[in-house]
Amino acid sequence: MITVENLTKTFPGSTGQVRALDGVNLDVAAGTVLGVVGPSGAGKSTLARCVALLERPDSGAIRVDGTDLVSLDGTALRAARRQIGVVPQGDSLLRQRTAAGNVALPLEAAGVAGPQRRTRVAELLDLVGLTDKAGSYPDQLSGGQRQRIAVARALAASPSVLLADEPTSALDPDTTGSVLTVLDRARAELGVTVLVVTHDMGVVRKICDDVAVLEDGRVVEHGKVLDLVSDATSRTASSLLPAVDQNPALEGSFDRVADVVLIGFAAVGALLPEATSRFGVELNLLGGGLTRLGETPVARFRVGLKGERADSALEWISEAGGSVRRTLSGPQGVAA
Amino acid sequence: MRSATPWSTVFDDVLVATGETLYMVVVSTLIAVLLGAPVGIWLQLTAPGGLKPRPVLHKVLGFVVDLGRSMPFLVLLVVLTSLTRLLLGSTIGPTAAIVPLAVGAIPFVGRLVQNVLAEVHVSVVEAAVTTGSSTLRIVRSVLLRESLPALVNAVGVTSIALLGYSAMAGVVGGGGLGDLAVRMGYQRFNDRYLWSTVVVLAIIATLIQFITNRVARGVDRRRTASV
Repeated sequence: MITVENLTKTFPGSTGQVRALDGVNLDVAAGTVLGVVGPSGAGKSTLARCVALLERPDSGAIRVDGTDLVSLDGTALRAARRQIGVVPQGDSLLRQRTAAGNVALPLEAAGVAGPQRRTRVAELLDLVGLTDKAGSYPDQLSGGQRQRIAVARALAASPSVLLADEPTSALDPDTTGSVLTVLDRARAELGVTVLVVTHDMGVVRKICDDVAVLEDGRVVEHGKVLDLVSDATSRTASSLLPAVDQNPALEGSFDRVADVVLIGFAAVGALLPEATSRFGVELNLLGGGLTRLGETPVARFRVGLKGERADSALEWISEAGGSVRRTLSGPQGVAA
Repeated sequence: MRSATPWSTVFDDVLVATGETLYMVVVSTLIAVLLGAPVGIWLQLTAPGGLKPRPVLHKVLGFVVDLGRSMPFLVLLVVLTSLTRLLLGSTIGPTAAIVPLAVGAIPFVGRLVQNVLAEVHVSVVEAAVTTGSSTLRIVRSVLLRESLPALVNAVGVTSIALLGYSAMAGVVGGGGLGDLAVRMGYQRFNDRYLWSTVVVLAIIATLIQFITNRVARGVDRRRTASV
C-alpha cells in the first residue's frame, strides 16, 4: 500500500512562488487502483513526479508499506525506487533495445542474474500479452504495445506499487482499452497497488476502485468511486454518471421529479418497477441513462412520478439502496 | 623550363605522405575521442536538467571547452611545443604533430558528444532513473547506447576535421599530404603534386564518411515499422 501525507511542493514562477501541491493526502490500500484526476494545472504531474521519486517535495511523506521514501539518498534511494514501478508519461522505451531488453532494464539495475532475468522477462511479456514481440524494437510496435511494454518494465523488479502517469493520453480509444486491461491484470494477478494519474475519466470508469480529485494542488474529493457516484453533488458523480437534461415543460406535469442513482445489477434492474407496483404510482423516465463502472452497472435517471403515494415511493427507493435527490425544479405540492 | 617530375616519383611521395596523414588522423582521432568523450559526458551530466546538475561547474567547464575550440589550430601547434617536447622528447615529425592535433580536438569532441547525448529524450532517461539504475549504468546503457549511431557520426566528423588540420602539421615537420601539397605543389608550382594530393585527400574524406555511415547504420537498432 502507499500513503501520501501532507505533500507540499512549490516552484519558482514568474510571479512569485507557485504552489503546485498544497498538502496532498492520499491513501491507496494494497491491491486497489486509485485514479488521481483533475484539470490541467491541478498538480497531477507534480504529484506523479514526486511519487516516482523524481522530484523531491518541500515537505510531506510518501510511505510505501510504512517506510517514508522522501528523505532517502544515494543507494537507499535507488533501492527505494525499485519498490515503485513507474510507467512514465510519453514514450520512454529505449529505442536501441528490443521489447525484452527494455523489460530487463530494472532487473539489470537490481543485479538479477541472466537466467532468472530471462525467466522474469518472459513472465512479464506474457502478462502484458506481447510474448511474440519479445524481439521487436520499439519502432516496430504500435503505441499501445509500447505502453504495455512500459508497464511490463515497470513491473519487472516486483514493486509493491505501480505508478502510471497519463498512461493513455497518447492513445486512441481501442488501444487505451488494452493498456487499461494490462494495468487491471497487474493488480489482479500480482496484487500490486496501482496509482494512475490521468485527465481521462474513462480510466476511472474502467479500472479504478478509488478516485481522488485534485484541484489547485489540493485533494478536493477522495473516496471509493461507487460511494462518490451515489452522492449526486460530487464531482465524480457529475463526470461519471449519465447526464440528465433539464426539461421543465415535461417535468411540470408530474407530482414529483427526482434524480435517482442506482448501483449494481439488482438495483438497476428491479428497484423502479417494484416501487411502481408497491405504491401504485406512475413512474416515467425523463432522462439519464445507464453506464458501467468497472464491472458494476450504474444508472442515473430523472424520474417523474404521478400518484398520491409518490413521496412514499421515493422514500422506499432511497431505503432500498437507491440514491434519491429531488430536483428543485419539480412541483412540490401533491394533490391529496 | 624544367621537365615535370615523373609520375612514379610523385606517386611514391604521395604514398609516403598518405601514410603519414592516415597515421596522424587515426591516432589523434583515437586520443581525442578517448579524452573528449568523458568531457562531453561530464558536460551533459552537470547541465541544468542533467542527471547531476551542477550549474557553476557546468558553466566553468563549458567556458574552458569553448576557449579551447576558439583557439586557431596553427597557434595551438606552436603554443603546445613545450608540452609535445615533454611528452615525446621531440617537437618535429608526424608523431609530434599528433599532440596538438589531439589536444585541439578534445574540446571539439566534448561539445559534439554533449550535443549528441542531449538528444536522448528526457522521458527515456527518467524512466531509467525510476528503475533504480545507477548514474554509471544510465550513462552506459542509456545515454551512450541510445545515441551510439550519432556518436559514430561524431567520430566521423572529428576525423574529417582532423584530416583538414593535419595539413598544417608541415609547420612542425609533420609531413603528410597537406604539407606535400604546400611545399611541392604550391611553393614549387608542381601541379602534379598539387592535384594528386587534392584527389587523395578527397578520396580519404569520402572513405571516412562512407565507413562512418556504414558503421552508424550497423549499430542502429531502430528499425522503421516492418511488422
